[in-house]
Amino acid sequence: MIEGIFGKKIGMTQVFAEDGAEIPVTVIKTGPCYVVSRKYTRRDGYEAVQLGIGDKKEKNTSAAMKKVFANAKTPILAVLGEFKCLDTDEYKPGTVVKCDDLFKTGDFVDVTGKTKGKGFAGGMKRWGFHGGPGSHGSMHGRAPGSIGQSAWPSRVMKGLKMAGHMGSRNRTTQNLKIVDIRPAQGLVLIKGAVPGAVNGLVRIQVARKKTSAPKGDA
Amino acid sequence: MGILQDIEKDQIRTDLPEFGAGDTVRIKVKIKEGTKERLQPFEGVVIRRRSSGVRATFTVRKVSYGIGVERIFPVNSPTIHSIEVLRRGKVRRAKLYYLRDLKGKAARLKERT
Repeated sequence: MIEGIFGKKIGMTQVFAEDGAEIPVTVIKTGPCYVVSRKYTRRDGYEAVQLGIGDKKEKNTSAAMKKVFANAKTPILAVLGEFKCLDTDEYKPGTVVKCDDLFKTGDFVDVTGKTKGKGFAGGMKRWGFHGGPGSHGSMHGRAPGSIGQSAWPSRVMKGLKMAGHMGSRNRTTQNLKIVDIRPAQGLVLIKGAVPGAVNGLVRIQVARKKTSAPKGDA
Repeated sequence: MGILQDIEKDQIRTDLPEFGAGDTVRIKVKIKEGTKERLQPFEGVVIRRRSSGVRATFTVRKVSYGIGVERIFPVNSPTIHSIEVLRRGKVRRAKLYYLRDLKGKAARLKERT
């Protein structure tokens, strides 16, 4: 089984559980994902499947990539990425991978996405610094405060938390539960928030730190 | 969009009567006790309805043994068995928070005709 799939973040809403609890969910539209190529232990040193998703105009595609897609018998795809897979032989290039082949309701997944860009952010927003008093003559405000000592070390430590560019980085949220899967539309409803803006690309992968119930158990 | 609306559409309940702020309602709530399920009524004045779609909620206020009790229900919650509108109140605003400061005779609402 492939251990993940690409999807597009559609947005958040809520669904009711049977006992009336409101569950916040992120809706992700997966696929159509195509197998483009495969990696083998004997040749590449590891087992994986390269999946592709998304439309791209032919005029924006290089001749080399067109050939890759033609060989794999897939449409022209915008994004390619590898997913770990132990039974690589079952996925021939051109195969369509669907969310219901990989996941079922109740499974735990990790979701990776590119977080929203926050621009150049100060220490309070970026690292959660507490800041200083806002009034009573205080001039501390949102400033970061001291960034080091004097005679020793006479320099600022490497990696010190300071203001800088925030967001627009790949981040993974772990151990999210799948609330519902709607194979007809390729939709996966995941409890909680996932990184990234609406319409952003996300990777849904089998959770690494939490095991899901065995298949056919739910 | 469209996809989100589709998901929400399935959950919106159409079997409940129309009601709004000022109406006196009796709500029967499903309560699970072990394996048995029973209905618990809650009767009072709707003092607000907020939001729309699946996320909509409403607040019901009653005075129980001299203590004001308010309960917030999601309009589309599956735990609501039924809503019965007992009386339609005549009110001039959508949020009746002023009722919290009134008691006894002053907290009455005129009936809408």
